Amino acid sequence: MTRQMTGAKMIVQALIDQGVDTVFGYPGGAVLPIYDEIFQQNSIKHVLVRHEQGAVHAAEGYARATGKPGVCLVTSGPGATNAVTGLTDALMDSIPIVVLTGQVPTFMIGSDAFQEADTVGITRPCTKHNWLVKETDNLSGTIHEAFHVAMSGRPGPVLVDIPKDVQFATGEYTPKAAKKSHYQPQLKGDMDAIVELVEAMEKAKKPVFYTGGGVINSGPAASQLLRELVEATGFPITSTLMGLGCYPASGDKWLGMLGMHGLYEANMAMHGCDLMINIGARFDDRITGVVDKFSPNSKKAHIDIDPSSINKVIRVDIPIMGDVGHVLEDLLKVWKSRGRKTNSEAVAKWWKQIEEWRAKDCLKFEQKGAVIKPQYALSRLEALTQKYDRYICTEVGQHQMWAAQYLGFEDPNRWMTSGGLGTMGYGFPASIGVQMAHPEALVINVAGEASWLMNMQELGTAMQYQLPVKQFILNNERLGMVRQWQELLHGERYSSSWSESLPDFVKLAEAFGAKGIICSDPDTLDDAIMEMLTHKGPVVFDCLVTKHENCFPMIPSGKAHNEMIMGEVDTSTAIDAEGKVLV
Amino acid sequence: MSALKIKKGATSHSAYNLRPNFSDVEERHTLALLVENEPGVLARVIGLYAGRGYNIDSLTVAEVDHTGHLSRITIVTRGTPQVIEQIKAQTGRIISVREVHDLTVEGPAVERELAMFKVAGTGDKRVEALRLADIFRANVVDSTLESFVFEITGAPEKIDAFADLMRPLGLIDVARTGVAALSRGS
Ligand SMILES: Cc1ncc(C[n+]2csc(CCOP(=O)(O)OP(=O)(O)O)c2C)c(N)n1
Ligand SMILES: [Mg+2]
Repeated sequence: MTRQMTGAKMIVQALIDQGVDTVFGYPGGAVLPIYDEIFQQNSIKHVLVRHEQGAVHAAEGYARATGKPGVCLVTSGPGATNAVTGLTDALMDSIPIVVLTGQVPTFMIGSDAFQEADTVGITRPCTKHNWLVKETDNLSGTIHEAFHVAMSGRPGPVLVDIPKDVQFATGEYTPKAAKKSHYQPQLKGDMDAIVELVEAMEKAKKPVFYTGGGVINSGPAASQLLRELVEATGFPITSTLMGLGCYPASGDKWLGMLGMHGLYEANMAMHGCDLMINIGARFDDRITGVVDKFSPNSKKAHIDIDPSSINKVIRVDIPIMGDVGHVLEDLLKVWKSRGRKTNSEAVAKWWKQIEEWRAKDCLKFEQKGAVIKPQYALSRLEALTQKYDRYICTEVGQHQMWAAQYLGFEDPNRWMTSGGLGTMGYGFPASIGVQMAHPEALVINVAGEASWLMNMQELGTAMQYQLPVKQFILNNERLGMVRQWQELLHGERYSSSWSESLPDFVKLAEAFGAKGIICSDPDTLDDAIMEMLTHKGPVVFDCLVTKHENCFPMIPSGKAHNEMIMGEVDTSTAIDAEGKVLV
Repeated sequence: MSALKIKKGATSHSAYNLRPNFSDVEERHTLALLVENEPGVLARVIGLYAGRGYNIDSLTVAEVDHTGHLSRITIVTRGTPQVIEQIKAQTGRIISVREVHDLTVEGPAVERELAMFKVAGTGDKRVEALRLADIFRANVVDSTLESFVFEITGAPEKIDAFADLMRPLGLIDVARTGVAALSRGS
């Protein structure tokens, strides 16, 4: 069955056929025909953001909280360039999003037309793939292919650039899956390698699972299989920032997050293990510390759907290319069929060692005095939100690391944070995307005051759509993470790391018609948090915290996992000259 | 596809060996990519190399299958074995790249390049240039009383050698196509 329709109508039809229910966008001249079609239908909700960067982060939040692709629609030129940060963010964190951009008409491309930008050129390095569609007949097929590419293999952002004349012209609609895509990444892992890993697991004396965002991207079934594997083997498990929730924080095999601000026991286990099983993580530099000293005595296995992640940073002994869910299923099968063996005696000894590390209680802090410690604020937030259906977003900085340390995640898809790119301004719009996907859930954005200001205009969006997102701002009146590095590396010369001229956040909230709460007293914190939680609409919570708190533990730049600094130490010797050049 | 003489069964996956040797010695590899012939595909490949800091010694591209809309890109690159594996894996990740072949490891391959040399001079130098061109089986494709343009094909080393000989004889301009390569045998 072939159907003729305009390009603009085709776009909406293709989105409907892809099961899209929400589009985050901002109109402009080059997308007016598409907006006209959106106006005339009811299947797709359009969320008008206040800045295109917000649209992309909202789509990312939506995608991460649902496992479905997030969709954006923005105009040509400035609309497209404003989307670049979000695209790069999604590329770094492997988040599937589809961004549709308007473009000047085909006959004007290359003439420096009004609001013309070389969108596919600009976004080529920050998308998984992009397309400029020059014929209406190819439009719907390209959009379907875009969804396929975004979601298949290692997920990522894609962009389809659509000139205005292509939107107006009539063409033939190609239904979804009419043509099989050439892009078909390998999902099953090599059986020989899987058997080799099982053999290594049977013998391992000091094994550790090192998991990452790949587990979450593989879907809820992968997290389920991982849990089964961990319980069955009794091996300890840690995770990157991106993988939090793939194994429950309440599980007794859980070591907590690893990496630069990871837990002592997690990093020590990584350093001392004899078998490291990397599942869907990528040996990022925030994880490895200095590569030469990374886990020197371990055999390393790496399960990853992206062959370019394997042996990129760390040379591994057992590479397994495939989808985490598929590989774990086979791994469990093989391990069971060989008699469910582990070296339980040695592993028990290993656990004893880990318990000793755990006993250090590296996250302990003392709430004393009249000022709220950020760690305390997050501990209270954690305690008071236990029974909620809860989703957490963050901005970027110290508060982000504290959130990762002090909040517990029981399930995948409940933690949205900008990991790879570290984008300040991510969290607020992401929380809007999450709330759109889960209208009844409690959605909290743990923010720093500086990051939050980067996309605070989205308060208008939250109000317009009555999205009750809770903006929990840990206000230290500092670009805290920058200040911490200046303290550690630059002789406490705090160059431009003061948050000066901050707004009155309560009044700011009220100016948008939202609720503002301020709290500076540890004794009233619980009540204030409860007030935030029980309020029906969006809340901006200004939580005034200690200004010069440092985020510990920390692997200083240029150091190894077993060289963590645990707390306030002589910081002048913590990082040497070589470490200073690292970011 | 058979017209492309790309080895059967050699999929894009088989080109990257996930268990490479990890020597620190730089190697020269010739890669053949089969790519969709669409606007921007070359920019994707070159952009990847530039963005990730990989070397390109030589690059050639042309459509090789009109009906299938496929082009072949031949890239000569250098790096340690680990870098070469990364290059292949990263290149294979580009959606419009259908196949990646490392001709250097997939068995013997032939490499050819075409070059043109403009040599200006009179007297003995001119005679000597012509004599050497003959030895190298270079053709004269243009001549004036003061100059020749020689056309030569061969492996890159042969062309380098010819260039070295022409330099003292009045070499004033060179154009080289870059390497085209095919695996030997069927
Ligand atoms: C867009 C962007 N610009 C700059 C940075 C560098 N940076 C990292 S953390 C940080 C400070 C964040 O301050 P705030 O949001 O108040 O969080 P805090 O560290 O104080 O908790 C800065 C400037 C960044 N990550 N992103
Ligand atoms: Mg701050």
